[in-house]
Amino acid sequence: MKFYKIMQENSWVPLFPEQASTFAWEVDVLYFYLIAVSVFFTVGIVAVIMFFFVKYREKEKFATGEEIHGSIALETVWSIIPFVISMTIFLGGAIIYFNQYRPPADTTEIYVVGKQWMWKMQHGTGQREINELHVPVGRKIKLTMTTEDTLHDFYIPAFRTKMDVIPGRYTTLWFEATKPGKYHLFCAEYCGLNHSGMGGYIYVMEQRDFDNWLSGTESGQTPVQAGQDLFQNKLGCASCHAGGQNQRGAQIEGIYNKEVKLANGQTVIADDEYIRNSILNPQSQIVEGYQPIMPTYKGQVTEEQLVSLVAYIKSLSGAGGAQMNGGSTSTTTGGSATTNNANSTGTVAPRADRGDSNSQGSNPNAPDIQSEPTNRQR
Amino acid sequence: MQNAEAINVGNIKEEPKVSYLTNGFTIKSWLLTKDHKRIAILYLITVSAFFALGGTYASLIRLELLTPQSDLLQSATYNKTFTQHGIIMVFFFLIPSIPAILGNFLIPIMIGAKDLAFPKINLLSWYFYMAGGGLTLFALLQGGVDTGWTFYTPYSTTFSNSYVMAVGLGIFINGFSSILTGLNFIVTVHTMRAPGMTWFRLPLFVWAHYATSLVMILGTPVIAITILLLALERLAKIGIFDPAIGGDPILFQHLFWFYSHPAVYIMILPGMGVISELISNFSRKKIFGYEFIAFSSIAIAVFGFLVWGHHMFVSGQSIYAGLVFSFLTMVVAIPSAIKVFNWAATLYKGQISYDTPMLYALFFIGLFLIGGLTGLFLGSMGLTVHLTDTYFIVAHFHYVMVGGQVLAYLGGLHYWWSKITGKMYSEFWSKIAAIIIFVGFNLTFFPQFILGYLGMPRRYASYPPEFQVLNIFSTAGASILAIGLIIPLIYLTYSIFFGAKAPANPWLLPGLEWRTSSPPPTENFEETPIVTWEAYEFGEESGLDLEDARNKYKVTV
Repeated sequence: MKFYKIMQENSWVPLFPEQASTFAWEVDVLYFYLIAVSVFFTVGIVAVIMFFFVKYREKEKFATGEEIHGSIALETVWSIIPFVISMTIFLGGAIIYFNQYRPPADTTEIYVVGKQWMWKMQHGTGQREINELHVPVGRKIKLTMTTEDTLHDFYIPAFRTKMDVIPGRYTTLWFEATKPGKYHLFCAEYCGLNHSGMGGYIYVMEQRDFDNWLSGTESGQTPVQAGQDLFQNKLGCASCHAGGQNQRGAQIEGIYNKEVKLANGQTVIADDEYIRNSILNPQSQIVEGYQPIMPTYKGQVTEEQLVSLVAYIKSLSGAGGAQMNGGSTSTTTGGSATTNNANSTGTVAPRADRGDSNSQGSNPNAPDIQSEPTNRQR
Repeated sequence: MQNAEAINVGNIKEEPKVSYLTNGFTIKSWLLTKDHKRIAILYLITVSAFFALGGTYASLIRLELLTPQSDLLQSATYNKTFTQHGIIMVFFFLIPSIPAILGNFLIPIMIGAKDLAFPKINLLSWYFYMAGGGLTLFALLQGGVDTGWTFYTPYSTTFSNSYVMAVGLGIFINGFSSILTGLNFIVTVHTMRAPGMTWFRLPLFVWAHYATSLVMILGTPVIAITILLLALERLAKIGIFDPAIGGDPILFQHLFWFYSHPAVYIMILPGMGVISELISNFSRKKIFGYEFIAFSSIAIAVFGFLVWGHHMFVSGQSIYAGLVFSFLTMVVAIPSAIKVFNWAATLYKGQISYDTPMLYALFFIGLFLIGGLTGLFLGSMGLTVHLTDTYFIVAHFHYVMVGGQVLAYLGGLHYWWSKITGKMYSEFWSKIAAIIIFVGFNLTFFPQFILGYLGMPRRYASYPPEFQVLNIFSTAGASILAIGLIIPLIYLTYSIFFGAKAPANPWLLPGLEWRTSSPPPTENFEETPIVTWEAYEFGEESGLDLEDARNKYKVTV
């Protein structure tokens, strides 16, 4: 990608974004291939047309052009060639897409909740951030995302990836950053009044710096701990789901990503979405052998609490999302959700529900370049 | 076009005393007319007004984006501005422009009929358009709408405080205008062709409109249903799209794009029909591969219904569904490619004249190529993940919609202007304007491809400062484009009052519309024509005495 670098460094207007993830060069290669195809066809066809325009310009007013009806051979050729080329584009795109949207197994999980107009992230080790996300270089990161209100979209141009964030379900996005630096995070799905202010930065750090950052940052409960607290104390799930042999509720230990047989004969995979749905709409998927007695928890748990519950239930199957640094820096002192540094809170717009057009949120759009953490290395 | 007197030779009939324009001067004779030509004029005036309004919103958007901060317009106003720009341009300009104005005026004449099959329904469709447009205007005056023209849920049903339902109802009503126009065209083409006008003698403009009409009558009811469901949720709180009350927001996107992707073809197919006319007639020879162009229109209309999911590659739909939609998107590109190749081949060994409409056709091909090829970028899933919801997509669809459809519309309007008004426009000014539009358009939208790849999201009132240089280019281009669009307004209006009188057949072309006077009589033809020639026939079979015209032209020059 030498060519890329030359183009990027010698142009007085920006032409290409930085390449900072393992996807970036793949997407860029496909992009350059398509540019080559486009230039070839555009220049080729326009050249032919210009040539005809000059060569066959009207020799005499009201002259008659030569009578040519068409040619099956030509039609076949210029149907098949574009089709073959379009198939290469299709396949190239499909391969990259499947890479982008099928996370590998060995990822570090981070939870993301979008709301009008901010991003809330929580690391498996408990650190919370708002509109900023610190990740180490060379680690596969998986984001499990949802939103408290309307659609959003988590977009990092330097990583060449984005994913819609959808109320009522989880979507995932994964990436592996390759280059330390500070990169834009945008909300790419229109979400109302302060849509263009809903963004922030992704800080990619060397592992050493990232460890420093983790230890220098106050961490609250990890999602697993918070989930356990909710499960055992605050929501009382344990009264039905943790009674051993004779418990009233379905067993939850060891079910994650396993098949579950439902009362109606179907089997489903107990993934994040299933767990979430079983908490919010317990009647919709009754596990075989159990009575439909569980009340709905819709409206009683926030999205962030749900994420914690899911993380806890996953941890009961040995698949918790909290492997990062073994949670060594986490404490159990309480649920004080703190952000990593004081600056970031300043960039968060006050929430104005329902898009009331009269409440003009202060416009924090112009990115605050100064608000960089002190331990960041470029 | 300079030698009107000399050109009006051959076997074209003397002009009748009463044309459709002079057949009644009262307001009632216009507002209650059943003449498809007068209804086309009603559409021309009202659609142009909406185009001007949509263009004003576009200017505001570009001015706001001159600086990174949201200073000229606050976010709330900006959000309404781009929403209203989209709604006005899509539903009240692009969709009706060519079909309801040029199609309405020309289809009956081109097939040798006296009128459309259902003249009263034709008038009704204009009233639906006015009612829908009026309601939308009312909503805009009341405070407007801020959901984006896509009305994505649950923002549009639960979160937006703006006039979603009034605008929704406006679009709902306006949809009937589309449906009725499509119905009218289909029945007319099936039942009212003049003797000898077989299907494969139809001008390709008619084929393109036939395909468009299929999409209109099959697709538009789906947007109507979608708006009804939106209303049920917004007004009655029945959970259809909002997950908080049991709905599914992705369902809305499926329903919306099931109409709105085919609607893209409602917008571009008639434009392709115009270009086929222009390329063939100004090369003065038969079009290359008539059947392939005709059936490619039908193929686009059919396959256009199967690709809606390519708007949703990042919306959490199954990646396997994405695979199918991406494949079909590549397939639907082929008929468009076939058209472009056939147009280019038509020029071969032609007698090409550089009149203004042909200039527009040339520009169309260039811009449509870029618009179409960048569509492949977006159909390729791996790239679209990065590109969707950025300025790349904005640039892409403006290349297709403005570079394609608007240029085709302007080309068609100039081409048939003499037929519609009976007057000639200024050849000089029209060429200047066409070139200004071409330059301004490219300067406006080409930088947006780069902005999109850099990652600037669309619908942003403010943006990071590193994107400013390209935005300044874009705004500068938009200013040039605006000037280019105002010039035709002036010289075309001028020509109505002071233009030279147009002959019946200024370019001596074989189409039926050129075999009646300019402007045509109310019944279109003095007597029903009998068609004995193929489309775009410049040989002896056309019945045009071209030899005589050539000699007379030599004498006068």
